[in-house]
Amino acid sequence: MTQAPAGIYLDNNATTMVAPEVVEAMLPYFTEQFGNPSSMHQFGDRVGRALKTARQQVQALLGAALDSEIVFTSCGTESDATAILSALKAQPERREIITTVVEHPAVLSLCEHLEKEGYTVHYLRVDRKGRLDMQQYLDALSSKVAIVSVMWANNETGTLFPVEEMAELARSAGVMFHTDAVQVVGKIPIDLKRSAIDMLSLSGHKLHAPKGIGVLYLRRGTRFRPLLRGGHQERGRRAGTENSASIVALGKACELALAHMDAEKTQVRMLRDRLERGILAQVPNAFVTGDPSNRLPNTCNIAFEYIEGEAILLLLNKAGIAASSGSACTSGSLEPSHVMRAMDIPFTAAHGTTRFSLSRYNTVADIDRVIAAVPPIVAQLRRLSPYWDASAGAPLAEPETAFQPAYA
Amino acid sequence: MWDYSETVKEHFFNPRNAGAVADANAIGEVGSLSCGDALRLTLKVDPATDTIQAAGFQTFGCGSAIASSSALTELIKGMTLDQALHVSNQDIADFLEGLPPEKMHCSVMGREALQAAVANYRGEVWQDDHEEGALVCKCFAVDAVLIEETIRANGLSSVEAVTHYTKAGGGCSACHEGIEEILTRVLAEQGKTFDPAAAPPPADKSGSAGARLGTLARIRRIEHAIEAIRPNLQRDHGDVELVDIDGKNVFVNMTGACAGCQMATTTLEGIQQRIVEDLGEFVRVLPAQAMPQTTNNQ
Repeated sequence: MTQAPAGIYLDNNATTMVAPEVVEAMLPYFTEQFGNPSSMHQFGDRVGRALKTARQQVQALLGAALDSEIVFTSCGTESDATAILSALKAQPERREIITTVVEHPAVLSLCEHLEKEGYTVHYLRVDRKGRLDMQQYLDALSSKVAIVSVMWANNETGTLFPVEEMAELARSAGVMFHTDAVQVVGKIPIDLKRSAIDMLSLSGHKLHAPKGIGVLYLRRGTRFRPLLRGGHQERGRRAGTENSASIVALGKACELALAHMDAEKTQVRMLRDRLERGILAQVPNAFVTGDPSNRLPNTCNIAFEYIEGEAILLLLNKAGIAASSGSACTSGSLEPSHVMRAMDIPFTAAHGTTRFSLSRYNTVADIDRVIAAVPPIVAQLRRLSPYWDASAGAPLAEPETAFQPAYA
Repeated sequence: MWDYSETVKEHFFNPRNAGAVADANAIGEVGSLSCGDALRLTLKVDPATDTIQAAGFQTFGCGSAIASSSALTELIKGMTLDQALHVSNQDIADFLEGLPPEKMHCSVMGREALQAAVANYRGEVWQDDHEEGALVCKCFAVDAVLIEETIRANGLSSVEAVTHYTKAGGGCSACHEGIEEILTRVLAEQGKTFDPAAAPPPADKSGSAGARLGTLARIRRIEHAIEAIRPNLQRDHGDVELVDIDGKNVFVNMTGACAGCQMATTTLEGIQQRIVEDLGEFVRVLPAQAMPQTTNNQ
């Protein structure tokens, strides 16, 4: 589908634009700086030094105590899998895992697979605002648990989980704690040396670095078994020749993220709130999902009742606006997003959830164009909806009982 | 992003016959909220001729659900009810120049709404006979429920057999792990274990094993087996005809959509399996193109 050239990109939780400074920093590592950092000559040495700098830039953004706690991987998924599988390998007598029902598939699918191999997985529930059941967490923590893996922020709603507190509880119980922080790194300040988090995953392309680069933070002293064995790269913790250009890029992106941290709190949050208020003021039967009082500054997830998300996205796309949806149809599965289901959002709303995720590259003009574009799109689809009374401009009285299609 | 045809996009952006028909006398409401689709079809039928004079739709659903609804109303306007009941979901998909496999269920919903509306007009109760599961095979749009039911109904025990009966797994083969998981589960219900290395069960249903058939009886039985398979192929706009039998080699002609289909080899294997089972002896099914002067070149 052809897009308007000057599109408005509000899908930064899916992926981000690579910052121009980042592209500039990485380009030489495709050409003149091609050496293998392991090599005993100047070609390798120059690249090796660049990797060291990048490692320190990542360390600074994460507030890690040591640069050797940074392990470069290929993506967030690899970091998640490495963390969880390492904990199971290192502690074979512990056969249980604690995670949440709203994790990213990188963790959820792996856990479901591990269940088939005989592990017990405790899935922590959430309430209607996407907040974790902490009592269930306390009840599940025991010496049988190998690892707790809980996302720092939810990718769909932006809702933040109290992972620092949960990591302290895990430490007291003698259990390893991992967090998938791909949505958080670069958006809110992190200081790992003051936390009890043992492992943390991040993904470069969520913070204006390229795709194909990730990090596993591994606290010194955490028992570890590598996923990939081979050469001595990453001190033997992740074998395979380093993706040097992307590592340099990620280092630069982390440096920029640290420099712009205040902009996330102020400018990005202001734009997000403007967007949210602007839409909700004009569109009836729409509400914010997740926990609006405790979420990422860039994320806004609105459920538009009685219409379906893919149709919304197609019409937004036609208007040059990029967003994302929790509807079944955008994923090709038959179920709406597991996150919306877990929060008990009714089907008539869950299918219409639309996520707008901003970045520091968005402008007030962008946001105002989106605020103007959304209401007519919603109205257009509601005119087609069997749950909507087009003449009254409102849902049917008792929509779920007025329209009850056969087979459900 | 979905690879929607231009026609799908056109019918989504500019849907035809949107909204309810004012004085409708046939209403069909179908859908599945859990999978994000629901359709209310309203028709105005001329009682004298049973002709559909007007059709309107209201759809809660994605782009292809809206486009499928629009296409359905365009297709059936002016038809008699009997003609309209012959509109298949494939006709809807064809009208739209194809739908992605994950979206074929949108066209199924259109056909079902039509059946429900006609039943409503005739004062009958429409009952849906199909349950939909998670999509397993993306090449041929086969879902888990169909695979499970086919395994149970036919006592299947291998991925290969599932492919022969449902087409699932006959394309890119990425879903073979999923099919093995379904087999494991269904076989466990029957107290059996799935063994990927096991050979297909001995085909001995005909009771004719050992007793040699006469030539004519043998040909008839092969014809019979092929006749039994044809409706399945015709459902997918394909067909097969028997050309010749030469000893252990059975030559057939694949026609319609089967000709040049990427599944042709698998289809031949399925036909072969069926004939072998019915005949109680091994034969090889080959395309008629492979029928040279000497037939033992394979």
